[in-house]
Amino acid sequence: MSGKNKYQNRRDFVKSVGKLAVALPIGYLAWELVPKTTAGEFVWQIDPYSCTQCGQCETNCVQTVSAVKCMHAYEMCGYCDLCSGYLRMGVKELNTGAELQLCPTSAITRSFVENPYFEYTIDENLCNGCGKCVKGCADFGNGSLYLQIIHELCVNCNQCSIAQSCPADAIQRIPATKPYILKEGYKTDES
Amino acid sequence: MNKKILYIILFVLLIWNAAIYAQQRFPKPDFESGYNYPEYQLTDPRNPAWEYIDVVVLIVVLALTTRFTLKTRSRKSILLISLFSLIYFGFFRVGCICSIGAIQNIALALFNDGYTLPLSVLLFFLIPILFTLAYGRQFCAGACPLGAIQELTGFYSVKLPRTAEVILSTVPYIYLALSILFAATNSHFIICKYDPFVGIFRLNGPATIMIFGILLLISGVFINRPYCRFLCPYGVILNWVSRFSNKHLTITPTTCINCRLCENSCPYNAIIPSDILQEKESMIKSRKKFILYLILLPAITLGGIFFTQMFSNDLAMVNQKVRLANELRMERENGIKAISIDAVTFKESGVTLDQLFAEEKVILTRTRKGAPWVGGFLGLSLGIALLLTTIKKRRDEYKPDQGSCYSCGRCFEYCPMHTEKY
Ligand code: SF4
Ligand code: SF4
Ligand code: SF4
Ligand code: SF4
Repeated sequence: MSGKNKYQNRRDFVKSVGKLAVALPIGYLAWELVPKTTAGEFVWQIDPYSCTQCGQCETNCVQTVSAVKCMHAYEMCGYCDLCSGYLRMGVKELNTGAELQLCPTSAITRSFVENPYFEYTIDENLCNGCGKCVKGCADFGNGSLYLQIIHELCVNCNQCSIAQSCPADAIQRIPATKPYILKEGYKTDES
Repeated sequence: MNKKILYIILFVLLIWNAAIYAQQRFPKPDFESGYNYPEYQLTDPRNPAWEYIDVVVLIVVLALTTRFTLKTRSRKSILLISLFSLIYFGFFRVGCICSIGAIQNIALALFNDGYTLPLSVLLFFLIPILFTLAYGRQFCAGACPLGAIQELTGFYSVKLPRTAEVILSTVPYIYLALSILFAATNSHFIICKYDPFVGIFRLNGPATIMIFGILLLISGVFINRPYCRFLCPYGVILNWVSRFSNKHLTITPTTCINCRLCENSCPYNAIIPSDILQEKESMIKSRKKFILYLILLPAITLGGIFFTQMFSNDLAMVNQKVRLANELRMERENGIKAISIDAVTFKESGVTLDQLFAEEKVILTRTRKGAPWVGGFLGLSLGIALLLTTIKKRRDEYKPDQGSCYSCGRCFEYCPMHTEKY
């Protein structure tokens, strides 16, 4: 040390003080945060029971055709002839004309199963996640249609941009080990 | 015909009972034709193991960059590794999670007990900082996809006047402070929302952000690394850590002979000229300034604290809940009908106003607590920056300013001194 000049000594001192001042908070951060970490990862999912089909999913996803699609819980479906998720309210005729359909992209196909039941399937490539059918089904049907984030399309944003604007706080971060929240049962009025 | 009437009656009945969640209104059909329920093909999310592969790649890239900047001193290799990072971290992993955005997860985890932080996010935040502490901003030089896309497109360099540079480079401080405040109060992730390049990495994104990104890239062709210099909040952290780094890139491989050839080579104004050729301000004058700024320092800090405290309610408005509560309060007090989606949804949800106001109060108190820190931090940074301008270190060589140097290696080729290549 004695060989160095005064300036050098002072500079070295400032530098080691600075280093300490920087290293300490970093160490503190690590010490504080490591207990709060998990080795697992998270994905975003919609809680179908809180979702109000407000339409934000269609427009607020960072993907320009939303990663949210309509899914169908077939086991909850009534296979109705007059499907309130498929047809506009108040239609007089029962046919499959596009102008009678609720879905703006005609993503839902209706196929005859047996009298009087019809199966409704959603083409994910066409669906834009607008939730119109889901609303129709939830309001007047069994609520077997629901919106969900499809992982193949979702880029798993650090903060889901729909979650940021979802008025019902329905979008949640869930462990990636069980990556889907599927609709599997009815909820009663009380719950 | 009969069936239809039945349905219509059913509809009318059911309207009264319309609930947003599933209700069994129609019985499950008894299929006689042996119909089977279709199976869903659920696609899995990306395997979580990738996150750890990413961490390993990050470490390898940082180590290689360190080698290229400090040892082999090859600008070409630095560009190649940037290209790799751009492709891998940018286009392949589509941008999330990045170290810059991780700031918010860290803040959220630090101030909210309910939030679990993925280990990989913590590592993505810490590893570049540790490398910076050891070797300077290696992350910016070679690993950051945002830095890489700008470095690789910065073909011409137009230097900004120093004053413009100084004024604009205060923006990242404000951005950093606000992003931490908003993340800590669980209000918004602004870094992610306004990340200009993530849309380009995904080749898909909201139009406004795409346009912003492209404009930034175009301006970056001339005014290089605009995001890094005038926006990046992580850059603020790295800047300060880098100032005290153990080792740092040097312009010359041997000793500086003060030939001034490198003086204008840095597009980022990061080269501090040697002052042996310049006249110095008198000691007395700079000491006087030093004392003045030292006295001003607490005043500026306090000013910052008061300033942000004054606006803490406005800052809280970034939070969705607070906005909703305000809207509903307006409706109750002034009769202005609340018609936003949030308000409509809230009214259907059955949560009471009091519950909402209680929640709002929690967020408000937290923002009020946090806002002075934002102002204090900004004031203090400004004060320290002023103070530092008065401290004139004697310099007998051309050196990069360790804080703002990205270790990009552009200045290497300007130095006439050479050693044998490795
Ligand atoms: S109505 Fe909307 S949500 Fe339903 S299938 Fe069509 S596009 Fe998808
Ligand atoms: S995480 Fe991103 S991509 Fe996925 S649904 Fe949300 S906004 Fe869309
Ligand atoms: S300043 Fe920010 S954006 Fe630029 S390279 Fe560094 S971390 Fe990346
Ligand atoms: S290595 Fe640093 S000083 Fe040299 S040109 Fe790049 S940013 Fe400027």
